[in-house]
Formats: sequence, C-alpha cells, structure tokens
Amino acid sequence: MALYLLCLVLFSVGVYGILARRNMIKIIIGVIVVEYAVNLFFILVAYKKDGRSPIFSPDADIPVQSMVDPLPQALVLTAIVIGLATTALMVAIAMRIYEKYGTFDIAEIRELRG
Amino acid sequence: MTPGSAIMPLCVAVPLGGAFLTALLGRQIPRLPDLLGALATLGALLLSVWSVHVVNVYGTVVYALGGWQPPIGIAMVLDGLTAFMLVTVNLIAFLVAVFSIDYMERFTDKWLFYTLFLLMVAGINGVVVTGDLFNLFVFLEVASVASYALVAFGTEKQELEAAFKYAVMGTVASLFVLLGIVLLYSHTSTLNMADMARELAHKGGGNVTLLVSVLFLMGFGLKAAVVPFHAWLPDAHPSAPAPISAMLSGVLIKALGVYALCRVFYNVIGITPEISSILMFLGVLSMIVGVFLAIGQWDLKRLLAYSSISQIGYVILGIGLGTPLGIAGGLFHLFNHSVFKSLLFLDSGAVEYSTGTRDLKKMGGLAKKMPVTGATTLVGAISIAGIPPFSGFWSKLIIIVAAVEAGRHWYAFWAVLASVVTLAYVMKVMRYAFMGTLNDTWRHVKEVPFFMKVSMVSLALLCVAGGLLLLPGLQETFLTLASGVLSEGTQYAAIVLSEVQ
Repeated sequence: MALYLLCLVLFSVGVYGILARRNMIKIIIGVIVVEYAVNLFFILVAYKKDGRSPIFSPDADIPVQSMVDPLPQALVLTAIVIGLATTALMVAIAMRIYEKYGTFDIAEIRELRG
Repeated sequence: MTPGSAIMPLCVAVPLGGAFLTALLGRQIPRLPDLLGALATLGALLLSVWSVHVVNVYGTVVYALGGWQPPIGIAMVLDGLTAFMLVTVNLIAFLVAVFSIDYMERFTDKWLFYTLFLLMVAGINGVVVTGDLFNLFVFLEVASVASYALVAFGTEKQELEAAFKYAVMGTVASLFVLLGIVLLYSHTSTLNMADMARELAHKGGGNVTLLVSVLFLMGFGLKAAVVPFHAWLPDAHPSAPAPISAMLSGVLIKALGVYALCRVFYNVIGITPEISSILMFLGVLSMIVGVFLAIGQWDLKRLLAYSSISQIGYVILGIGLGTPLGIAGGLFHLFNHSVFKSLLFLDSGAVEYSTGTRDLKKMGGLAKKMPVTGATTLVGAISIAGIPPFSGFWSKLIIIVAAVEAGRHWYAFWAVLASVVTLAYVMKVMRYAFMGTLNDTWRHVKEVPFFMKVSMVSLALLCVAGGLLLLPGLQETFLTLASGVLSEGTQYAAIVLSEVQ
C-alpha cells in the first residue's frame, strides 16, 4: 500500500511541476515525472510478492501462480518509447522557442491570447 | 477469416507505407511527396468505402493481428461505427492532401509535411479500427505526436508557442488515458475491449469504473476539446498550416476525442445515467462557451477554432442523450461538421494564400477577386449555421428533436440559441471578408491555383449533398449502422467475441 501511495505522491509532484512552474524545461521535467509515475504504477500492478520471472522451462516445474505478470512490462516498454518521442519533441520545440524569444519563462511567451 | 477483414490493417498500413516512402525518397524526387500523399489517402479512402460494403454484407468483422486469436492477441474490429469513422477520416484526408499540393508550396520541406501528415492519418485510422485498448493508446500517441509537430510546422513565434502548449496538455491527457487503461487492466486482466466489457459486466465495475470514467473523461475530453479542457485548441488550430487546421478540426478531435470517448463509454464500460448527464452538460457548455467566444474574434482561423469547440458540443450533446435518434444525430453532425469545418479552414487558407492575412478587419470585398473561395465559403457558412437544405440543418434538427423527445427542453433551447449565434458569426465572416467594397490593397489579388479549388469545390458539393445521407436506403447502410453500434451498448462484447470463434 505504501508503494502505491508513494507512486501517487510522485504523480502529484509531476502535476504540480506542470501547473506551478514557469520555466519550460521544468514543465517538461514535470511531464516526465508524471509519465514515470504512471509507468511505475503499471509495473506495481503486475508485481507479486516473491514472484518469479515468467519463464517456462522443461526442467523446473514452476507453478504459474508464482510468476509475475509479464504483459505490463512489455506494455511499459512501449509506453517509455512513446514517452521518449514526446519528450524529444517538446525539448526540440522548447529550444526553438528559446531561439525566438530568448527566454524559457512562459509568462513572457505570450503572443497568443483571446 | 471473413473476406474483407484485411481492410483494417491495410487502412493503417497504406498511409504508414506512404509516410515511409515519402521520408525515404521525398527529398530526392520532386513532386513525389505530392503524388504519394494523394495516392496513399486515396487508397485509404477506397478501402474505407469498401469497408462500408463489407459491414453491410457480413456485419461485424474481426481481424486477428499476426494470427494470434483474440482475446490473447491484438484484435481489429470493423463494425458500423468504425466504417463510418473511416469514411469520414479518409474522405477529409484525401481532399486535404489534394489541397496541400498547391498550398504547401509556400513552405520549404514539403516532404516533411507529407511524412507527418500521412503518419497522422495512419494514427487516426489505427485508433478507429483497433479493438484493443492499449493499441488504441499507441495509435492515439502516433497521431498526437505527429499533430504536435505539424502545429509547429511554420516554426514562427506563434506556431511554436501553440505547439508547446498543445504538446504539454496533449501528453498529460494521454497519460490520464494510460492511467485509466492500467486501472482497467488491473481490474479485468485483459486489454481486448470486447473481453474487457464482458469481464466488467461479469465482475461489476464498482469504484474502479468510477475512477476510470473520470480519467477517460479528462483524457479523451481534452483531445476532443470539450469546454473545461479546451484551452489548447484556439491556439493550436489557427497556428497550424491551413490543411492541418482542417485535419485537426475536421477529424483529429473527433477520432481521438469523440470516437474514443463514446467507444469506451458505450461499448466497454457501459453508459450510466450519470455519465450521460455529464456528457450532455459538457456538450451544452462547450456549445455555448464556444459560440460566444467565436463571435468576438477578428482572426479568421481563431474564430473558426472556437466554432469547432461549439460544434463539438452539439456532437457530444447528441451522443450523450443516449437515445437512438440522439446518437444518430450526433454522429451525423460529426460527419457534417468534418465536411464544412474542413471546407471553412481550407477557405481561410485560400484567403491567407492570396492575401497573406487572417485579420478580418483588413479584408473586404474578396468575393469579387476570388469567386470560388467566396462561393465555397458561403456554402460552408450556410451549412454550419444550419439553414435548410444544407447538411448542417438536418443534423442540428435531429439533435434538437432528440433533445425535446428525451425531455431535455432546456438543452434543446440552448442548442437553438447557439445555432442563431452561429449564424451571426458566419455572417460576420462573410460581411467582413467577402462582401462589401474591395479594399484597395487587394487590387491585384488572384484566385487560388487549381488543386486548391478542386478540393474546396468538392467539399462544398458534399455540404450540399450531405442531407442526402438521410434518404431511406442510404441511411440504413451508413448512418443507422453506426449509431446502432452505440445503441446496443455492451452487447458489443458478445457480438465481437462470437466473431472470434
């Protein structure tokens, strides 16, 4: 239970970063933290106390019940790759914005309004 | 395997292959990106028209990806709603690709544009055809990431700012969706949507579904730009190049937002009166807020972007009503809105192409110099305002009648009011941009090139002919099949799973 709560704390820290920070780089870091919290939660869902890696072998007779659910691990890999793409894109946009505006402060980047 | 089931993977593979070839060869061979863009979207359009035929003959068709039988493997499901969305998406995508041939000459690196554009189309098609919840998330992200990059395509100050805002909000929305999927997986131990629906019906949802509903409402609601989550749209849609504005407003918010929202709520979780009320309330709120924000705008594309928020409100209201008539009206409006909003955004692009401005105050009398653009804008404007016999009238009428039938008289009243204000702001566009005396600055303005005209005229014809979809005979093969999928609710599980065996 404590692990789940810590995961929630991590999630909240990320959301706080996105909402309260004015520096674009810190906002991006906030997004990454939220993403890691969700991925961590996904792994926790599959976790089993004293679980084993899910490998069948003809020699050892391991009951399926003692294995960790392998599917979320595969899915989290996909989610991490997607996260990499979005992060890279956001960082690239942030760099171009810095070239144009000369600042990372979102309070000063306000051409659009209305 | 049922004949025609190969349509589903092909709908994703054709644009994806086009994107790959464009990225590989587009820089070396001039004109190839134009050709590939148009051909790939045309191929997808033909496939989706064929899919309507397949659904009519065979009913729901399931494709097991890689031969792994669902619910273990990834399934793709073709039913009435999927076929409906495929036609909507690929029709707009094809006409937008044709429009881009001339329009995108203003930008450098056209091949990059086509690569991203085709990637986005592949992602949207993937969202629509998939029957697997995690797969839906992956395709959602493919389409979203391509759209973030496309919004920033101009790489000027405003484009970049809008793209950053859109990327951050879009990514957070996707993460909410992912969190919802994780919770559903932990509860049901499956990712196949049909299997998940069966498990949820069997086990009961309880608090998990409540939390998941809220997460999905936030996640997909943000993608659909429903009102409390709409802040990114008025920046992102005007900043993108005009063909992309047309794609974003025309199909992206509908496929990633509305389609995913109603697929998950109706077919997987099962609609409850509470969710239904929330959807209707959000729909009406978007309708009213969008329409009053639109009327004060002087930037043509920004006005159209706010108008998209308002029109999405109609779609959500119709679908949220939950009655067969309401759902049919909502989906019909979704189709019509795709057509006329794409048309209006392409027209705004045509104006920008010829005059270089989006400011309504600087325009005036352009209809004299640009007769085709002026006429097609008028058709789109009348359509969106809901004047008979144009398509927008019929779908709004159905939604309002359905709201009255369901006893929601106030919602019907707000829908009528929003429609009147819609008429006001499109007349504002016509009055300031196209009617009146010609501003002296625009004495040498020319009409846009051939391909842009072709695309605009085709969309205008579709606006006029849109109402024909209600004709007996046509209605049963297209619209009724789509709304039937949502009306039957969680029966979806039984229908899809019976196809698997």
